[in-house]
Amino acid sequence: MQPILEIRDAVRVFKTPEGGAVRALDGVNLDVDANEFVTLLGPSGCGKTTLLRAIAGFEDLDDGQVRVDGADLRRVPAFRRPVNTVFQSYALFSHMSVARNVAYALEVAGVGKDERTRRAGELLELVGLEGMETRKPSQLSGGQKQRVALARALISQPKILLLDEPLSALDRQLRQQMQVELKNLQDEVGVSFVFVTHDQEEALTMSDRIVVMCDGRIEQTGTPREIYRKPKSRFVANFIGETNMIKVTFDGKGTATSVEGIILKVSEAAPAGRATAVLRPSDLTLSDSKNAPAHAILGKVRQEIYLGAELHYLIEADAGGEYWRVTAKDEGVGFHTGQSVALSYDPDVIHLIEGDA
Amino acid sequence: MMRRQSLFLASLLSPVTIYLGIFFIGPLAIIAVFSLLEPGLYGGVVWNFYHWNYGRMFGWADGVIEYYEPIYLKILWRSMMMAMFTVIACLIFVYPVTFWVSHLSQKRQMFFMFLITLPFFTSLIVRLYAWLMILKPSGIINDALLWIGIIDQPLDMIFTRFAVVLGMVYVMIPFMFLPVYASVERLDRSLIEASSDLGARGWQTFLKVILPQTLPGIAGGSVIVFIPSVGNFVIPDVLGGAKGLMIGNLVEQQFLDARNWPFGAALSMVIMTVVLTVMLIYALKIMRAGQNVGAS
Repeated sequence: MQPILEIRDAVRVFKTPEGGAVRALDGVNLDVDANEFVTLLGPSGCGKTTLLRAIAGFEDLDDGQVRVDGADLRRVPAFRRPVNTVFQSYALFSHMSVARNVAYALEVAGVGKDERTRRAGELLELVGLEGMETRKPSQLSGGQKQRVALARALISQPKILLLDEPLSALDRQLRQQMQVELKNLQDEVGVSFVFVTHDQEEALTMSDRIVVMCDGRIEQTGTPREIYRKPKSRFVANFIGETNMIKVTFDGKGTATSVEGIILKVSEAAPAGRATAVLRPSDLTLSDSKNAPAHAILGKVRQEIYLGAELHYLIEADAGGEYWRVTAKDEGVGFHTGQSVALSYDPDVIHLIEGDA
Repeated sequence: MMRRQSLFLASLLSPVTIYLGIFFIGPLAIIAVFSLLEPGLYGGVVWNFYHWNYGRMFGWADGVIEYYEPIYLKILWRSMMMAMFTVIACLIFVYPVTFWVSHLSQKRQMFFMFLITLPFFTSLIVRLYAWLMILKPSGIINDALLWIGIIDQPLDMIFTRFAVVLGMVYVMIPFMFLPVYASVERLDRSLIEASSDLGARGWQTFLKVILPQTLPGIAGGSVIVFIPSVGNFVIPDVLGGAKGLMIGNLVEQQFLDARNWPFGAALSMVIMTVVLTVMLIYALKIMRAGQNVGAS
């Protein structure tokens, strides 16, 4: 099946006021399938918003192509593109009622008043805002504005919905609720969503596929589990959640040795040589050092942080090196600072990133 | 605590209240009262109730001492039309410029603001006489046009209504610029992008989003330009001659030349009432239009 969105070798260069040039997009290739929820994830300045704006038509590419449904959009102005955007600031028209905001795309397309009213009603029902038709945007809460922006962008049945950090202005609780709602909404309307965020948790929660970007390039593309479990680079491992990264030398046969001499058992197949071992804090199990299992790492507790459901520990290995981060469930028996402990793990969960960097 | 705060507030607000009370409300009350008194023989007033001042304008003069003349209302109407043309011309000139300026860098914006306010540093009269030099039959424009050969007789530009509107536009442009610029600068660019994203063409975005969003600035600028234009007497005095006479000149003449203070006062009261009414209707319309512009 043909992808709904194809981006080929996209390049966008911005001139800086000092006379330099920044490659906001530096050869980006991306396919998005119909009905897919894809998240562009990366730190600010990584090019994710530029890519989104290039798809929407607010930004020209210096090189490369944006194709929607097979059609090259190079010379197609924003107002004629079959994509719609939900803006970070919502960009609701403050001088119009909620219903007129939602029906705006139909209004400018010349659709009759009755039809507009009917469709606006349907869309408002879809986002759970029935009866709000006559309100003004200024009379809505943040979450409600968000929904109006969604309804407005969906009314002309775009092929792709672009979302530019739409949840960043909401408080944490509402944000989590909206994450679920957005995902459900996407299933319901059957439109491809391209969602931009710098929040890795948001990306993991909603996406079918995550595209991690850095310095105008795509670092890695994959399902949330792939991105979390099998990061291809230290950047990705670092950006997605907390992690322990240990520089090791791998023998190619299941044993990795760190600079400090810590030996790690690894099930993953990888070529021999230098690598970085990635271990998530929740993959490590703490036990008393007296009955340490085989291949355990011995160390001492340096800090414990109580977070309610979870406990976070910083462990200094006896062999030295960086502190290990460990997350444990609060099961009543904690470990105290200074206590000798053993860190054990399942060799299956260790992931190796090849190379020195 | 409350008490100390309100005392503090009162001490801050009282100077302006007293000042305006004495120097704004006071003279206004005097004008209102004078407009209903009998004119003194050599200026001043005689303290008798006298409604003929209004009768001269509206048609109930006795025809013996006071004569009804429709010319007064005609001149008022004409003044309002000239002020309206001034407002429209200012808007046409200023509106595109504000968009251009709002896209400049911070430094250049400041520089432009300085340029806009530059005329205030020179006397108005001097600047108007410069216009006189430009517009008169042997002025720069006529000389140039004659020399090129487009015309073979000097154009009558000076001492016309055209000259007066030209002068008023020139003087009023900064007053239009500042409020319009303020609203254009505040305009959220993502609204324009959203509109085009949703399928609106340029002109649709302009009519349905940009114009209504900047309407408060346009309304503010229009009011600020219209009011002093209607009652202006300096600009028509210098550039208008007999043909460009405005209602402000009439008032001035009544007080200074004819020495008929009550009639001058009555004229002023009528101007004020009419202008206030017009502005009120305009403001209400704009407020309502702000919500419905471009709706179909």
